[in-house]
Amino acid sequence: MTALGTYVKVWLALIALTGLTVTAAGLHLGSLSVLAAILIASVKSSLVLSFFMNLRSEERVFKVMLGVAMATMAVIMLLTFVDVWYR
Amino acid sequence: MAIDIGAAEVSYLEHRGVHRGIASWVLSTDHKRIGILYLTSLLSFFAVGVLIGILMRLELIAPGETLVSARVYNSMFTLHGMIMIFLFIIPGIPAAFGNFFLPILIGAKDVAFPRLNLLSWWVYVAGATLAVLSLFSGGGAPDTGWTFYAPYSLRTGTNVTLAVFAAFVLGFSSILTGINFVTTIHRLRAPGMSWFRLPLFVWSLYATAWVQVLATPILALTLMLVMLERIVGLGLFDAARGGDPLLYQHLFWIYSHPAVYIMILPAMGVVSEIIPTFSRQKIFGYKAIAFSSLAIAFVGYLVWGHHMYTSGMSDTARWVFSLLTFLVAVPSGIKVFNWVATLYKGAIDLAPPLLYTLSFIFLFMIGGFTGLISGALATNLHIHDTAFVVGHFHYVMFGGTGFMLFAALLYWFPKMFGRMVPARPMWLAWLLMFIGFNALYFPMLILGWMGMPRRYYDYLPRFQPLNVVSTAGSWVLALGLAVFFVTLWRARRHGEIAPANPWGGSTLEWQIASPPPVENFERIPVIERGPYEYGEIPPVE
Repeated sequence: MTALGTYVKVWLALIALTGLTVTAAGLHLGSLSVLAAILIASVKSSLVLSFFMNLRSEERVFKVMLGVAMATMAVIMLLTFVDVWYR
Repeated sequence: MAIDIGAAEVSYLEHRGVHRGIASWVLSTDHKRIGILYLTSLLSFFAVGVLIGILMRLELIAPGETLVSARVYNSMFTLHGMIMIFLFIIPGIPAAFGNFFLPILIGAKDVAFPRLNLLSWWVYVAGATLAVLSLFSGGGAPDTGWTFYAPYSLRTGTNVTLAVFAAFVLGFSSILTGINFVTTIHRLRAPGMSWFRLPLFVWSLYATAWVQVLATPILALTLMLVMLERIVGLGLFDAARGGDPLLYQHLFWIYSHPAVYIMILPAMGVVSEIIPTFSRQKIFGYKAIAFSSLAIAFVGYLVWGHHMYTSGMSDTARWVFSLLTFLVAVPSGIKVFNWVATLYKGAIDLAPPLLYTLSFIFLFMIGGFTGLISGALATNLHIHDTAFVVGHFHYVMFGGTGFMLFAALLYWFPKMFGRMVPARPMWLAWLLMFIGFNALYFPMLILGWMGMPRRYYDYLPRFQPLNVVSTAGSWVLALGLAVFFVTLWRARRHGEIAPANPWGGSTLEWQIASPPPVENFERIPVIERGPYEYGEIPPVE
């Protein structure tokens, strides 16, 4: 059972990361801006999955399943950017 | 070695549950009844799709306007594609035969979530109803093609919004089935049913289920974006407002190419069941076939860009996707070699299910090789958007999945309905279908190579002779289909009573009564051997 304090800390981290997303969007990083947004979003979703959805304490098989899904999505995004970056 | 499953109880067809009449079907959570519900629904839509296809071929029998106007023709090929893909071939084998046989093949009494299973059928019916409504409401039947490409799909006055919403809803049915199958295979295998004792049809359903779960949400989101574009004008796909029309094509094909493997993988699984049974041989290369299903499912995610070679995508992306496309042919080739090797020196019984299966291998190989021509960047530029592509994917989808759906029907019909199907009419149906199919689609390959574009109701006069052959082929094919389904319909009532194991099969479904008892097994079996150990099975009665 995760302590209430941990949930609050994770929530604050999510808010801070949202602020970081907005800030990064304003920096005009060019083609890197998408990468920055995706990285921050990945950290945020990892926090939600690990703490709020309790994936930390789940069986290994579920972690593997999620890993497969995340890896597939990462490869799909990468391949899409092979088009966008080299167009 | 006999498997202890307890005494047979009343069959699922005769069982009197809480509900009566039609309600005993549409409210049943029995996986077998849901399988039959799906089978009936998708074959009904198949009939409509075939009818539209025949009318399209009739329009193309001569240049110019023969039967329908250009606008109506555009709606017809859109409808034909939508019905055949979303309502027939994607649910196809997994929803009908997967639902019916998956629990039996792994020694379970039902799927993991029976109510979710029934919900998936209801969602399918709801999606289908919306698709039908989209024809008669708003601006009329959509005319974009089943791909709903932006920007045209955002601007056409036809009822794209509702049609897209229908596909969106249908996607959820597919996702629910996928979740159910993954969970069932992980959690409900009988004691001793290890991963490498699973029948290969189950492996193919497993790989398919993962594609359904991971890829379908992308389609759902993409179609939702189209709806939002049409309703509130987001501008995501509009270059004038900073959007990117190619983004639509990427998102659409990220789902729709893996969807091709949702369609073909279960068909390949059925091949791997039928060939050992009718050659009475242990399957050659069990693990290679099992892992090639997973490999096809995985690599299938990485090749969607081959639908976009002429779209203006970057050169780097084009050669990367072309390279990856060649990779997906490798696991497909592994399967074909293993099937042929299983037949080698087997005691082959050319009963109708095997005959249809061998046709699958032949037609699928033509589909596969023309796929390589389409997937190679250089040759694709020549045949892109021509009738060649139409011929190619019909060889894969109809010659492949369609013929295997017929083979699966012939193979499992005695188990599902407790009646045998007479062989002679099925040989005649096969002859008509095989000749009709090739006469219909092979000319398209030639016509496309000659430069005839697809999706036009008109063509240059020099293309007419082959178009006449193609149209005549559609009539022969339709006749074959009529013989096939009339024979099945009659067999349902008047066929000989089927024994439990008419083909001498070794997988679990043949160890229980025909038709199966309500809960499949009185006692959950304990599995002590692989799925294709023919040395231990008594010969056919």
